[in-house]
Amino acid sequence: MSGHDYDAVNYWKANLRLIFWSLIVWALVSYGFAILLRPMLAGIPVGGTDLGFWFAQQGSILTFIVLIFHYAWRMNRLDEKFGVHEE
Amino acid sequence: MDQFIINLLFVGGSFALYIGIAIWAKAGSTSDFYVAGGGIHPITNGAAIGADWMSAASFISMAGLIAAGGYANSTFLMGWTGGYVLLAMLLAPYLRKFGKFTVPEFIGDRYYSQNARLVAVICLIVASVTYVIGQMAGAGVAFSRFLEVDATLGLIIAAVVIFLYAVMGGMKGITYTQVAQYCVLIVAYTIPAVFISIQLTGNPIPGLGMFSTHTESGLPLLQKLNQVITDLGFNEYTADVDNKLNMVLFTLTLMIGTAGLPHVIIRFFTVPKVADARWSGGWALVFIALLYLTAPAVASMARLNLMTTIYPDGTAAAPIEYDERPQWVREWEVTGLIQYEDKNNDGRIQLYNDVPSFEEEAEARGWEGNELVVNRDILVLANPEIANLPGWVVGLIAAGGLAAALSTAAGLLLAISSAISHDLIKGRINPAISDKGELLAARISMAVAIVVATYLGANPPGFAAQVVALAFGIAAASLFPALMMGIFSKRVNNKGAIAGMLSGLVFTLAYIFVYKGWLFIPGTNNLADIPENWVLGISPLSIGAIGAIVNFAVAFTVSNATEEPPIEIQELVESVRYPRGAGGATDH
Repeated sequence: MSGHDYDAVNYWKANLRLIFWSLIVWALVSYGFAILLRPMLAGIPVGGTDLGFWFAQQGSILTFIVLIFHYAWRMNRLDEKFGVHEE
Repeated sequence: MDQFIINLLFVGGSFALYIGIAIWAKAGSTSDFYVAGGGIHPITNGAAIGADWMSAASFISMAGLIAAGGYANSTFLMGWTGGYVLLAMLLAPYLRKFGKFTVPEFIGDRYYSQNARLVAVICLIVASVTYVIGQMAGAGVAFSRFLEVDATLGLIIAAVVIFLYAVMGGMKGITYTQVAQYCVLIVAYTIPAVFISIQLTGNPIPGLGMFSTHTESGLPLLQKLNQVITDLGFNEYTADVDNKLNMVLFTLTLMIGTAGLPHVIIRFFTVPKVADARWSGGWALVFIALLYLTAPAVASMARLNLMTTIYPDGTAAAPIEYDERPQWVREWEVTGLIQYEDKNNDGRIQLYNDVPSFEEEAEARGWEGNELVVNRDILVLANPEIANLPGWVVGLIAAGGLAAALSTAAGLLLAISSAISHDLIKGRINPAISDKGELLAARISMAVAIVVATYLGANPPGFAAQVVALAFGIAAASLFPALMMGIFSKRVNNKGAIAGMLSGLVFTLAYIFVYKGWLFIPGTNNLADIPENWVLGISPLSIGAIGAIVNFAVAFTVSNATEEPPIEIQELVESVRYPRGAGGATDH
């Protein structure tokens, strides 16, 4: 898009890339480890049950928190790098 | 001191605090009323989102659901938290940059169509009204149990308190009361959980305690629980589920439904900057996780406590005599939420799973059916009594349950009233209305919404029990895709968006109605709501995710077959993607 004094195209691409990888992790811990891949992780014991159960009731939520803070931190840096941050 | 007096002190004290905040945080403009002036700190907003989000269902019902379903009901834990990842990355920062007051306003502007805006208003109102009825009814129940007043009177007291701070303060009053309500509810939820975790495992952190060793038996707690309940014919607590497709789709429906619920989205409009909207999402989830990481521990520990109360000498020995039942059982029996029937006339309480596979053993022990029915919803409320915690903890739970119900109700009522005053009155009926006039209209809308919600809370219609199906189904199938495409695609036009929203909505509602009855009228369903009848094993509660896919597919197909959106709309999409130049949320 014309009319910007900053590299809008690459900023947006970097954002989409970051979202893509974040959502891969998001899906992996919840739909993957906690549900579909649980039988494969059944051999890893965690406190009286298995790793899949832990991800379903604790691990996925903890991962979600890390994902959002990581995204916020990286994006706020990207804003500055591309000069699109708010004054 | 009498328990009634203690409860009165806790509930009365917390209500006095909310009213004090209401007087302090009065709204002076529409910006104050809709978005709290746009100056809320991201951590403050995170706590407010936490209270806004965590309803009577999260506080009271969720642990009971998990206790009953075990692993299979982890869907609620993941579904009601994972949506925040989507919100923080796909919606909140861009909608904050757009900088208007309501969710339908974005849809109307982005799709340059008053009809699109109207569809969004209708979706918002149906989802939010369904949701708010449960909150009002929940407040009534909490009042009647803890303060021994009639449920309808309790409901009216709750409505008057909400009225005071929501009508006077709008979003500004709601924000600060929500922060106070978050503090009350999280303290109330975690204190009993910590005590119980220490009692059972010695570990003060419930989320760790549930994976630790059960002190009394020396076994891991979950293993002990599995053992006790399988001895009584129940499924293993940690058992895997067979229908993984449905589990995935249900979790996905809850996640995208969460991200599409307007009363949560508008809370992100109250922070000063786009960067703050991103941080807010993270803080919100931290505050929510404090409860959501504790809930599964409460669930497993309360289930074990219940079983060991009934079978003090182990599952192989005889259960306790009815006359020796603990005080909390007597108290909850009065409410009808615990029911006992001595089927074999032995004066003892047989609690077990009445299924064919357990028949032989039951017969050998002289049991003639399960004799104790415990309503799932009392688990959290009765938790302190089950664990013999002091009276002030019970008072705290009462105040906490009410805080959860009131804070969510207020957030929903604001979403409803701003859609009416801003999207309908200012957007459609009288665009020339002054700021003062609109503020008055917003206050009147809020007052009317409270009266309607109170009436429906006291006389809940049939659809009120379908919050998960209706609110999350509609938000997932209709609002979320329209919002996301509005930001991530410049190609989707007005025709595509409207066709997509309507087809997602119709598809989802039709699938729900086929199993649950048309407009939820009993007896009008075409098929019985049992897993054998579901298409590919997909439950009506899980269909929202498929509805969202229908919405995306129809919107892209129709848009590609019709003209591109006008250039100024493409520039609007471009502008919401870059934080620079956001400014406060405004009217123009």
